[in-house]
Amino acid sequence: MKALIAMSGGVDSSTAAYLMQQDGYECEGVTMRLYHNEDVGVCTYHTCCSEKDIDDAADVAYKLDIPYEVVDYVADFEEKVIDKFVKTYEAGGTPNPCIDCNKYMKFDKLLEEALKRGDDYIVTGHYARVEKDEKTGRFLLKKAADLTKDQSYVLYNLTQDELSHIKFPLGEMTKNEARDIAESKGFVNARKHDSEDICFVPDGDYVKFMEQYTGKKYPEGNFIDPEGNVIGKHRGAVRYTIGQRKGLGIAAGHPIYVCAKDMKANTVTVGEHERLFTRRFVADTMNWIAFDGLKESIHCKCKARYRQIEQPCVVNPLDNGKIEVIFDEPQRAVTVGQAAVLYDGDVVIGGGTIAEVGDLS
Amino acid sequence: MLKSEIYLDYAANTPADPKVVKRFADTELGFFGNPNSKHRAGEKAKAEMAAVTADIAELLKVSSNEIIYTSGSTESNNTAIKGIVERTQAGSRVITTPLEHSSVNACMDHLRKKGYEVLEVKIDKSGAVDLEDLESLITENTVLFAVSAIDSETGSIRNIEDIKKVVKKHPDCMLHVDATQAIGKIDFDMEGCDTVSLSAHKFFGLNGSGLLVKRRHVKMDPLLNGGSSTTIFRSGTPTLALAAAMDEALKLALENLDERFEKVKELNRYLRLKLKDLPQVIVISPEDAVPHILNLAVDGIRGVNMQRMLDEKGIYVSVKSACADAGLPSRAVMALTGDRRISNSSFRVSLSYLTEKEELDELIKALKEILADSLG
Repeated sequence: MKALIAMSGGVDSSTAAYLMQQDGYECEGVTMRLYHNEDVGVCTYHTCCSEKDIDDAADVAYKLDIPYEVVDYVADFEEKVIDKFVKTYEAGGTPNPCIDCNKYMKFDKLLEEALKRGDDYIVTGHYARVEKDEKTGRFLLKKAADLTKDQSYVLYNLTQDELSHIKFPLGEMTKNEARDIAESKGFVNARKHDSEDICFVPDGDYVKFMEQYTGKKYPEGNFIDPEGNVIGKHRGAVRYTIGQRKGLGIAAGHPIYVCAKDMKANTVTVGEHERLFTRRFVADTMNWIAFDGLKESIHCKCKARYRQIEQPCVVNPLDNGKIEVIFDEPQRAVTVGQAAVLYDGDVVIGGGTIAEVGDLS
Repeated sequence: MLKSEIYLDYAANTPADPKVVKRFADTELGFFGNPNSKHRAGEKAKAEMAAVTADIAELLKVSSNEIIYTSGSTESNNTAIKGIVERTQAGSRVITTPLEHSSVNACMDHLRKKGYEVLEVKIDKSGAVDLEDLESLITENTVLFAVSAIDSETGSIRNIEDIKKVVKKHPDCMLHVDATQAIGKIDFDMEGCDTVSLSAHKFFGLNGSGLLVKRRHVKMDPLLNGGSSTTIFRSGTPTLALAAAMDEALKLALENLDERFEKVKELNRYLRLKLKDLPQVIVISPEDAVPHILNLAVDGIRGVNMQRMLDEKGIYVSVKSACADAGLPSRAVMALTGDRRISNSSFRVSLSYLTEKEELDELIKALKEILADSLG
């Protein structure tokens, strides 16, 4: 059996490659080049993070004595991930580009490439598990054994066909175990830090990135209170995310938070903490894993952003494949553009993108 | 006395000869007019430009009107390859080899995307083009064969004289020779080539200065459009001082060609002999490659890591061509050896007449230490 390892240059995919090789797979390593230095505002004369990553991945491939290649997905990444990232912010939402990268790059384009090359599986260093439900014949996506590292949230878009060609060798492992394996094999990246930032915004200043990328300036506008009174000037609505408290520059005498944005009017609404809480949202572009589609209401748990513990809720099917989620308890800072992923225990039922937030009046 | 820095990367860049720098400075300070301006300062510069160009043409045994000044071989290769191929209809065939510089490979990728058919001719273990294969690939539809005279990674020499004979039989197929690594190292005959690229910084000239020799009959569109400059094939204000510096560098390189070659040949012989004491070091460059380039590999040490370890000891070598993509095996070494592991392990030592035997002794000593540390 042949496996294509998506090697990022990090410790996880390196260990994954080793484990597949130990399992007897004929492996080849591939790194996706997703952007160039100039695209992310880094001068070409700096050692680019992505060049370093490619070098690390090549080093591990050399150690494992497996073929290694870089595939150029720059154009697709710009179209499918960066463009959408910018548009979501401009529309007032908060995007999660990693989810789109998994969906469009790793498990669409790269999987297609793997199958074209005659590989049976595509392998990544994600912390999640794929299991076949023998009763239904469906492939299930489950949380990682190490819940502190679980990445099933960013994988909710996987289809049955994709899941049948995916291996996550680290699904049963802790991060430390993965690091120990990398260290024992002498991989250069064994102690490399996890990447937390958005890869194409290495300094974290996404507004600067967007301004360079689009050639636009995001204009100043007004902060307003929930009653619509102007209480200050903001520096461009795209800068603020729902729930943000720091960096607003408003002296209100008590803590105030961003609770809404109106991109058309270019206003940012700020208010008291209680205003951030909501029970209801609607999600679209759903992908279902545990079954084909939602026919009737269910009670399950939902995670509405990456760093949230999933919360009990009722999910109601709506027209056009959308869903309505009503949490048992009000939740803080549910944000348009983020992914909502539904869980039944460890099993990912499915997920979608939050399209509108707010209780019915 | 030993130098603290041992430079063994002359195939990537050579230090400018002080005479070249002086000629540049003298010309730059002595001629301030734009050669295309119609006043006396301009006329004076134009006359000098004509004299310099005539000089270069004579050195290369071509005509003045066949000299196109460029920023270097990357531009020369782009100008020739795209300029010739893109005036033909999409679907035309272009032939190249697996031993080309990234500036040729990238042009080929560009042409593929534009709908041209790009094929690679077979080469043998010494880097010679398989002439039968070449003959079979050239069809009525074939508009260009682009080939390096010497590849920058292994120094292997292409059988250019034989290639000329094959291509000559097909008048619609142009022969572009990337002679960047050949000029100043070996005799190179422009006769029978349709376009030829070269770069001054490979023979002790200045960076940012190259030539494309385009024979009179070749039909080519310019890459850069603008005023007529010295030729319609490359616009931009004529850079007289760079042209004069090119002239100087070329003159020095050709005048001293044999003497410098013999010196480097002896250095190469010496290094190959010393390397026999290090059986772990594999010599990839063919025996009949130019003596200036010696491609080596140690199984078990990645080329980039070898480069770093030598750098830490003050010795500068290179991995692949300095311009190629990180992480990937050397295409040229892969083409010659067919061995992925060796291609990833390869590194290049390149010599010049400035190299001293003591520097090679230091290299051997450093390799011994690295082998002892890394392989135990």
